[in-house]
Amino acid sequence: MNMKTILLGSIAAAVFAAPAYAVDVKIGVLNDRSGIYADLAGEGSVIATRMAVEDFDAAGKGINVEIVSADHQNRPDVGSTIARQWYDQENVDVIVDVPTSSVALAVHDITRELDKVFLNSGAATSDLTGSACSPNTIHWTYDTWQLADGTGRAVVENGGDTWFFLTADYAFGHALERDTSAVVEASGGTVVGTVRTPFPGTDFSSFLLQAQSSGAKVIGLANAGGDTVNSIKQASEFGITQAGQSLAGLLVFVNDIHALGLQTAQGLLLTESFYWDLNDGTREWSARFEEQTGNKPSMVQAGVYSSVLHYLKAVEALGDKGSQEVIAKMKELPTDDPLFGQGEVRADGRKTHDSYLFRVKTPEESEGPWDYYETVSTTPAAQAFRPLEEGGCSLVE
Amino acid sequence: MFELIGIPPQALFGQLLLGLINGSFYAMLSLGLAIIFGLLNIINFTHGAQYMLGAFVAWMLLNYLGISYWWALFLVPVIVGATGIVIERLLISRLYHLDHLYGLLLTFGIALIMQGVLRNNYGISGLPYSIPPQLAGGQNLGFMFLPNYRGWVVVASLFVCLGTWFVIEKTRLGAYLRAATENPTLVGAFGINVPLMITLTYGFGVALAGFAGVLAAPIYSVNPNMGAELIIVVFAVVVIGGMGSILGAILTGFGLGLVEGLTRVFYPEGSAVVIFVIMAIVLMIKPAGLFGRTA
Repeated sequence: MNMKTILLGSIAAAVFAAPAYAVDVKIGVLNDRSGIYADLAGEGSVIATRMAVEDFDAAGKGINVEIVSADHQNRPDVGSTIARQWYDQENVDVIVDVPTSSVALAVHDITRELDKVFLNSGAATSDLTGSACSPNTIHWTYDTWQLADGTGRAVVENGGDTWFFLTADYAFGHALERDTSAVVEASGGTVVGTVRTPFPGTDFSSFLLQAQSSGAKVIGLANAGGDTVNSIKQASEFGITQAGQSLAGLLVFVNDIHALGLQTAQGLLLTESFYWDLNDGTREWSARFEEQTGNKPSMVQAGVYSSVLHYLKAVEALGDKGSQEVIAKMKELPTDDPLFGQGEVRADGRKTHDSYLFRVKTPEESEGPWDYYETVSTTPAAQAFRPLEEGGCSLVE
Repeated sequence: MFELIGIPPQALFGQLLLGLINGSFYAMLSLGLAIIFGLLNIINFTHGAQYMLGAFVAWMLLNYLGISYWWALFLVPVIVGATGIVIERLLISRLYHLDHLYGLLLTFGIALIMQGVLRNNYGISGLPYSIPPQLAGGQNLGFMFLPNYRGWVVVASLFVCLGTWFVIEKTRLGAYLRAATENPTLVGAFGINVPLMITLTYGFGVALAGFAGVLAAPIYSVNPNMGAELIIVVFAVVVIGGMGSILGAILTGFGLGLVEGLTRVFYPEGSAVVIFVIMAIVLMIKPAGLFGRTA
């Protein structure tokens, strides 16, 4: 053995001694970190991402993951700027979460233009996998069609056949109102009126009085977060629910119930894809999440965890991170995790899983903090979302 | 029954009353701002955060110490006012000789810190605070159901606003205050402790914000951003009324509440911007505001 071989050998040893990763992945968690959706997404989604990376043991499988996060302030312009900067200058491969439909649609377009990957958990608009669908986006947790079908149909079937909408005046509210109106009308009900409320709002009493004078049996709240909390609080204050009209919260998160208190929220029907107390798997994960955040997870945060996990599975299977290949792999592999059970990622980018109709417990029924829901019914994954051919997505042949 | 532009009069009365209720909050907050600007020449951007702090302190008193709403109504302005005095003595007082802009930046920074700290500890979704049992329920007025609590808000706000106006315009203390606004050096030469008066005035303005916060706690969600959303509108109210004008702040506060209420009926989408449209028009026609004096 001459000197040269020894030298080469030691260089090789030095190189391999440092952890050699097959793939470097950079995940950007983009969401609301300070505004009305900060509790249901925010830092909790970053923690959920980190938990997914750790649970998957990415490092042990040769995937080096770096996580960055930013606040889009619920503004499409801010969200677009951050997304572009991440993709162009900071080599981010995948953006996750992104609540607020208007921001999500903007990031969705940029991701397609730059051929990256967008795993949306936080936004609601069903357009992401419908008319605006993209080969670069997977819509993970829930959407307006699912919420409308889950809550809307149940309410009409229970006799609530005339509706008045309080709609948050932006992409999300419009989509939710449109999808719910379709369900109400298909189930034999009628929509008697609608009012578009500035987003975000504080005082909804004036809009609630308009809803009251419309005489509709059901007031559909096509809004979210603090808007929903304030609407429900004020509807009770103005005696609207006591006078016989009922409220349908079309997008209510467990954090909203926490903020309202059961006294005000009891009896409300709502649709979600995830609840911490569904089974042992959700309870175990939620307990670990709560240790780090102090709160139970929202379905958005659970969806971030689940989507990152599935993304990493696809990267591992490929040994590569090319956007189109990874998305194709994610659509090919069936999804299965403790939080959402079994499902799939469809051709249009819609991820499917079971959907649940919950009723909020009364203060007497609740056994402690965060014990809020009673399951009314479960819609199986295959029926919970809009049928593939009805979305008008160009990716579906 | 006649209809007014397609709206039945009952609905219209209802909306006007709601506008008056929102106007109560605008009036109380813009009054505090106007007083502070009048005497200190400081544009107090912390005002929204101090209103929010009022609601939070009320919540803390109830949940940590079991102190009821009625005591909070008295205690919170004292506590929040005291924090205002500390801020004025420690920080704001160092900026009086500088441009307005420095005071604005400082108070804006303090507001961001207060919001950030509370957001970190209590989250953003809000905390529940119940309407006191004595004011639960409501009256059926024929044209609308008026919750007793909202009626109380209007009465309390009118009382506080008129009381403040009376003290400033009709008493000896108010005369000193107005004189100090005109010429602090001369008033000081008459043996009046002007710096102390300035500190107490700031404390009082802040206490008004705290009081409005307690009134708001049972009806709006108590969350760290509640003031940030409101303060922008309140600034527009002050600008329309005329910076530093006491009566202007009160009248414009109630008036714009009414205008906003009407917009919610006729063109709901525009209700978030109508106040700013009015502000732009007023500034073009009367740059000093409706009740302001041109310098």
